[in-house]
Formats: sequence, structure tokens, C-alpha cells
Amino acid sequence: MPLKRADKTPMSERDAELRSHDFVEVNEGYNFARARFEAERCLRCQDPVCIDGCPVRIPIPDFVHLIAAGDMAGAAKVLRSANPLPAICGRVCPQESQCEEQCSLGTRFVPVAIGYLERFVADWEMGQPAGEAPAQPTRAEKVAIIGSGPAGLVCAGELARLGHPVTIYEGLHAAGGVLRYGIPEFRLPKKVLDWEIEQLKRLGVEIVCNVIVGKTLSMDDLFEKMGYSAVFVGTGAGLPQFMGIPGENLNGVYSANEFLTRVNLMHANDFPNADTPVMVGKRVAVIGAGNTAMDTVRTALRVGAEKAMIVYRRSVAEMTARVEEHHHAIEEGVEFHWLTNPVEILGNKDGWVTGLKCISMELGEPDDSGRARPVPIEGSEFVLPVDNVVLSIGNRPNPLLLQTTKGLKSNKWGCLVVEDESAQTSLRHVFAGGDAVTGAATVILAAGAGKSAAAAIHADLCGE
Amino acid sequence: MARILEKRSLTPVTKLFRVESPLVAAAARPGQFIIVRVREGGERIPLTIADYDRDNGTLTIVVQEVGTTTGYLGALEVGDDILDLVGPLGMALEIPAGGHIVGIGGGFGAAALLCLMRELSARGDRTTIIIGAREKGLLILVEELADICDDLELCTDDGSAGFKGLVTERLAQLIGGDGPGRPDSVVAIGPMPMMRAVTDTTRDFGIPTLVSLDPLMIDGTGMCGGCRVTVNNEVKFACVDGPFFDAHQVDFEEAVRRNKMYVQQEQASKERAECRSLAMGQD
Ligand SMILES: Cc1cc2nc3c(=O)[nH]c(=O)nc-3n(C[C@H](O)[C@H](O)[C@H](O)COP(=O)(O)OP(=O)(O)OC[C@H]3O[C@@H](n4cnc5c(N)ncnc54)[C@H](O)[C@@H]3O)c2cc1C
Ligand SMILES: Cc1cc2nc3c(=O)[nH]c(=O)nc-3n(C[C@H](O)[C@H](O)[C@H](O)COP(=O)(O)OP(=O)(O)OC[C@H]3O[C@@H](n4cnc5c(N)ncnc54)[C@H](O)[C@@H]3O)c2cc1C
Ligand code: SF4
Ligand code: FES
Repeated sequence: MPLKRADKTPMSERDAELRSHDFVEVNEGYNFARARFEAERCLRCQDPVCIDGCPVRIPIPDFVHLIAAGDMAGAAKVLRSANPLPAICGRVCPQESQCEEQCSLGTRFVPVAIGYLERFVADWEMGQPAGEAPAQPTRAEKVAIIGSGPAGLVCAGELARLGHPVTIYEGLHAAGGVLRYGIPEFRLPKKVLDWEIEQLKRLGVEIVCNVIVGKTLSMDDLFEKMGYSAVFVGTGAGLPQFMGIPGENLNGVYSANEFLTRVNLMHANDFPNADTPVMVGKRVAVIGAGNTAMDTVRTALRVGAEKAMIVYRRSVAEMTARVEEHHHAIEEGVEFHWLTNPVEILGNKDGWVTGLKCISMELGEPDDSGRARPVPIEGSEFVLPVDNVVLSIGNRPNPLLLQTTKGLKSNKWGCLVVEDESAQTSLRHVFAGGDAVTGAATVILAAGAGKSAAAAIHADLCGE
Repeated sequence: MARILEKRSLTPVTKLFRVESPLVAAAARPGQFIIVRVREGGERIPLTIADYDRDNGTLTIVVQEVGTTTGYLGALEVGDDILDLVGPLGMALEIPAGGHIVGIGGGFGAAALLCLMRELSARGDRTTIIIGAREKGLLILVEELADICDDLELCTDDGSAGFKGLVTERLAQLIGGDGPGRPDSVVAIGPMPMMRAVTDTTRDFGIPTLVSLDPLMIDGTGMCGGCRVTVNNEVKFACVDGPFFDAHQVDFEEAVRRNKMYVQQEQASKERAECRSLAMGQD
């Protein structure tokens, strides 16, 4: 019988003071008792609206019920049937604006902790001994995947299961896309990503790093020289935006991409054991309030900043980061400057950052995005003394492949144009999905796009 | 992974490697570069493609040992693998055909002129190469460079070979009509102070000049923005928009300053690397 408990079962978290100095995962995960306790809260609604909130339509009540019944293998199977990256999504999805936002319990109580449960099942699955090696691809039509982020990884896995030989080409020296170089270890341990990649390899997927399509190989090479029958473009949105304010090229100014890449991909937190340094002074200001900004500001604390702050021109209500990350950031002592717009980065005579000049804002009428437009309050300029500024104001698709591939069409933001249903681009047998199509979005949307593109590619190649 | 097929010591701190990398060799164009990483936990560093051989699928790179990663690389031997090698990166050099083109190389920059000047010579341009060093023994690839251009001009600080003085002083003489004569355009590759001096030398004469900027890089694909430089008051990412830029528009002061951002860390890293190799030697 479902139990009506108002609150969700708490997730155990590592102590804020302790964790803000290391990279060990903050959330420790449910144990079996807690997971079951939480699963029992689910009402098993006649019309499970949570499913509507999930971009890949996981049959949520089914897997939650199986947890309550103690059938972990069954729960894992249901989960995987809909979401190929549950251990990752359970950790990073913005559940509060997806499944959990819809959950019926949420109208009066706290919604079921669907994300925590998803993670619990997926972690259980990772702990199981590997079964027999799955069947290897048998079909003749080879597919090349460009980019190893969630879109590419999922697309590759699905195609391999459908019998196609698949090769992923990745420009960096390690696979995973943003999951590797962007989202930090304390939120998404790399062993989770490594495990997923291992599963793909078991399926026969080949991953070739250090190949940039558009530079090392051209799109034409893939078809003509290498003999692929179709290509999936999952190149993400990795081009960092700058604000165009004075002082952006001072020493000590980073894009969030550079800052996070130095730490996550190049292990600057372990310098000088690892060879790549990152420059962090006592006070670090991060501009922006999305997931990337939150990851950056918390990383800054972990690599030695005494004071790390978020500077955002809108208010907390317009913040786009996951609510949980915001909470964790507060606990860890991050400072927040809402309604504060940077206008200039100040430096000393040697060109090092000394401060961030800002202007206070107030909220006005709603803008194009439907959010209240921040307007500057005249004469309210002030200077925040800081040693580093990290810009985290958004990323766009990287134009590299577009510039070198004739006939590949994009919109004015540089996003690839695809047919809604088929994910087909303007080029025959070339498909695309993930951030490269949508602009910077979410892991689950990229994963979902990879999955549906795989079905479309299979249909294109096999007429099925 | 890229296997090292040949290694030559050009000076005590400059090594030439020929490495197996068929895909990069097939796609490379003069002026482009690669990024390598030589050990787990290692840094990614950019290196110019000095030459490529499409038929044999090989690249030639020349490395000047200045710090941790170039030190590790310099210690590799024939038969070793370079852990990661990606490229070709950046834009190929573009110079209008038909004129007298002077290529100037300092340090590893002399090597970077190899495939570049050969291609210009092959398409029919009149080509002069000026290379310089402190003394004769530090000039690199003299024979190879002599083969691929119309005139090779050597400069040494002590006069032990060729012209006694700086490459820029010799360049000024050429502009004045001496030797192979006034260039129609100039390409300079080498240490920042040298490129800056070349830029100052050609500016007043309005001679189109390209320099190969070498900011710190990580990904080399436009993803991090760490390589940003200011050219003509615009911010450019050197890894994708460069590495060649109109020298007379480059904000050198900023470029030099940004390159020095990690001097202290580089020193710490080098000391750690030396400890590491000492420890390895004791095994
Ligand atoms: C710091 C940060 C935190 C985030 N946090 C969250 C979160 O908590 N929750 C959430 O849902 N989303 C989050 N996101 C967004 C999410 O990570 C992305 O939406 C998602 O990764 C997009 O997946 P993708 O596969 O489309 O591209 P990416 O993950 O960007 O992967 C693209 C890959 O393609 C490679 N590539 C690009 N061009 C080429 C080429 N020409 N040849 C070969 N390889 C190429 C790139 O190197 C990269 O590895 C975050 C993003 C960032 C940056
Ligand atoms: C497009 C491009 C092409 C290049 N081609 C070559 C090449 O063909 N051969 C070659 O030997 N080097 C080349 N370089 C420079 C090379 O990348 C650096 O020397 C290397 O990154 C240094 O790494 P390190 O770990 O050995 O030394 P570090 O510890 O990083 O630095 C040691 C010392 O070298 C200086 N230094 C570091 N990076 C640079 C740089 N980019 N320019 C000038 N000084 C620097 C530092 O200030 C410090 O004093 C190129 C750079 C770029 C951007
Ligand atoms: S909406 Fe909430 S309570 Fe209803 S089925 Fe979904 S998770 Fe269970
Ligand atoms: S090296 Fe990262 S953008 Fe150029």
C-alpha cells in the first residue's frame, strides 16, 4: 500500500566544510532501505503525469514500484529500456523542472525523489558482475559518430544494438564530451562515465580519440574513404561566449570552459603531479548562474579560492542551475551577488585582475525569454575586489565542422538544422542531435536525441 | 598514439622527430600545427608541423626543450609512442602568389619554414629564408632550408656564420635593396620578441607581414578561449582563426603578457618533472 509521507527521504551528503576542499562526490546515494522507503511514497497514479515530464518518457511508476518490491534487476531493466544513461541522468537531470515537477504528490507534499531513485537503481546495476559479452554487430552498414558527448554515446549504443558497426570520433584525448571536461567529479564521478563507455565497448563500439572531423578527416572522407553509410553529428555546443566588456583578456580571466577543462580533463587540481596548472587567487568571481557557473564556482573553492562568488544580472528566481546545486553551493559558502551586472574587469599595471566593476540592477518588464528584464540602476556602480573572473554566460555550437562541410545548413545561432522527426540534416545520410542542434541544453535531451536519431539512421540504412 | 620513426638532435636543446601519423599527414597544409600530450596527467602542447610526407604518412616536428612537456618529449626515442597527437589544427598559411617572399625563422621557427617555403617556391614565388642564432652551431636545418628557397641568409650574433647581427638587421638591409632585395611580403615564426622586432622593421615600409602567434592552448578547437589574442582590436582564438595574423594589427604586449601567466607554475612543474626523471633513473 502506498504510504503518504509528506517529505522525501533525505539523501546523505558529505559535510559541506569537508567536501568544499575535495572532489569526492557530494551526494552519497540511497542505501536499499532508504530507496525502498522512498519508493513506497509513490502513489502509482492512474495517469502517471511524471512520465509526461520526462523527456525520454521513462515508465517511472513501474521502476519505482519494482524498487519497492525489491526487484532491482527488474527496475534496472525498465529504466534502461527508456534511458540509456540512468546513472548519469539520475545525478544531473533538472528533475525539479521535469518528472518531479509533474509528480502528483508535489501539489500538496514533496514529490517522489525520482532522480535519487533512478541513480540508486543505476548504481546497483553498475555494481553487478558483467554478464556474457553481448552480440557483436553483424550488419554491413557502418555508421560514424562525431563527438562522444551523451548524444554521440547513446546514438552509438543504440546503433550497435541494432547490429551496426559503429565508430565514434572524438576530437579530445578522452571520450565523454561535457560529461568529461565540464561536469566536475564531485557531481558526476568519472568512474560512472567510464563504466558507461565500457558498456559501449563491450557492444563492439569503437572509440577513436584525437580525430577532429573537419580537420583530421572531412565529412566526405567518412563516406568516400572510410566507407561509412551514415554519419551522426553530436558535436555539442562548446564555443564559449565572452561579454565584450573591457578587461576580458587580462591575466586571470577565464571562460568557464577553460577553467573547468583545466581541472576536469587536465587534472589541474592535482598540479604539479599533473602538468597543467590553473590560476586561482583568493577571490574568484564567476559570472552567470547556470549549471556551468555553479560547477565553476564550487570548483574554484576546491582548488583553493578563499572566497568564491556568483555574479548574475538577474535574480535568484531566474537562475537556470539545478536547485540542488544552488543549495549545495550555499552550504559550501559560495557568495551570491544577484541583480549585479559586470561592466568592466579591472587590472593592475602588470595586467592581472584586481577587481570586477559592476552595476546594480532591478527587474523590469518581461523580456523575450519571458523572464523579467533586468535594468541597470543609474549611478549604482561598485567594485568587487577579485583576483579571478570566470565567464560563464553560455556556449554556442562550434562552427568548425560547419565551416569545412559544404551543404551542411545551420540557423543564425550556428545550430544545425534538422528535420524534426528524422534528425536528418541538409545532407543525405547525415544526422544530428544534442546541443549541436538545440544549442546548450541538457544531458537527457542530448541522450534522447541520440536515441531517436539512431532509430532514424537504422531506418534510413535498412528501410525498416 | 604516434610512433617515433626518427630522431635527430639539432642542437643540445632542439630535437627533430619524424612520427607516424597518416591521417594528419594526409590532411596537413603548410602553417598548421598539432597538439600532443606525452604522458598520463600530461599537458597538451601545440607544435608546428615542420614538414609532412603524405606518401609515407609521416610528420616532422622540431621541439625546443623549454619546460616540462617539451622536456619529456625531447627525452623520447625512436620506437616510443607519443601518447596523444591531434591535428592538423589552425588555418594554413595564405600569401598572395607571385612576389618575393621572405620567411624568417628563429629557434624552432626555422623548422616551421620547411614545408611552408617549399610550397611557396614550388608554386613559383621568389623565396628568401633568413634564420638566426647566437652562433653557428645553433643554426638548424641549414642544408634542408637551402634546398627549398632561392636564397638562404644566415645570421649569427657572433658572426661565426653569415651576417653578424640580428635577423631584423639583415631584413632591414634587404628592404634597402641589399642581397635578394626588398620583400613583397614577410612571414616570421619564432620567439615573440623576434616576431615583434620583424613587425616593427616592416611597418614603416608597409610590407605585408604575417606572424605565427603562439599563445597557450588547451584543446586547439575553439572550445576554451585560452588562446585568445587581440588583432585589429578584435578578439581572435589563435587555434582556429590563426596561428598566422597580420603582424601590424597584433597586440603584442597583450600576447606576451598572457604567455607569462603561468611562469611560476611552469617553474614548479619543471622542478617536479626533474625529480620524476631522477627517480626514474634510480630504478
Ligand atoms: C559545466 C556544465 C555543467 C552542466 N551541467 C548539466 C546538468 O547538471 N544537467 C544537465 O542536464 N545538463 C548539464 N549541462 C549541459 C549538458 O552537459 C549538455 O547539454 C550535454 O553534454 C550535450 O551533449 P552533446 O552530446 O550534445 O554534446 P557534448 O557533451 O558537448 O559533446 C560533444 C563532443 O563532441 C566533440 N567534438 C566537437 N566537435 C568535434 C569534431 N569536429 N570532431 C570530433 N569531435 C568533436 C567535443 O570534443 C565533445 O567531446 C552542463 C554543461 C556544462 C558545460
Ligand atoms: C601554434 C603553436 C606552434 C608551436 N610550435 C612549436 C614548435 O614547432 N616547436 C616548439 O618547440 N615549440 C612550439 N610552440 C611552443 C610550445 O608549444 C611551447 O614551448 C610549449 O607549450 C612549452 O611547454 P613546456 O611544458 O615544455 O614548457 P612550459 O613549462 O609550459 O614553459 C616553459 C617556458 O617556456 C615559455 N613558454 C611556454 N609556452 C610558450 C609559448 N607558447 N611561446 C613561448 N614561450 C612559451 C614559458 O614562459 C616558460 O618560460 C608552439 C606554440 C604554438 C601556440
Ligand atoms: S507522478 Fe509521482 S506519485 Fe505519481 S506515479 Fe509518478 S512518481 Fe509516482
Ligand atoms: S586552445 Fe582552446 S580555444 Fe584555442
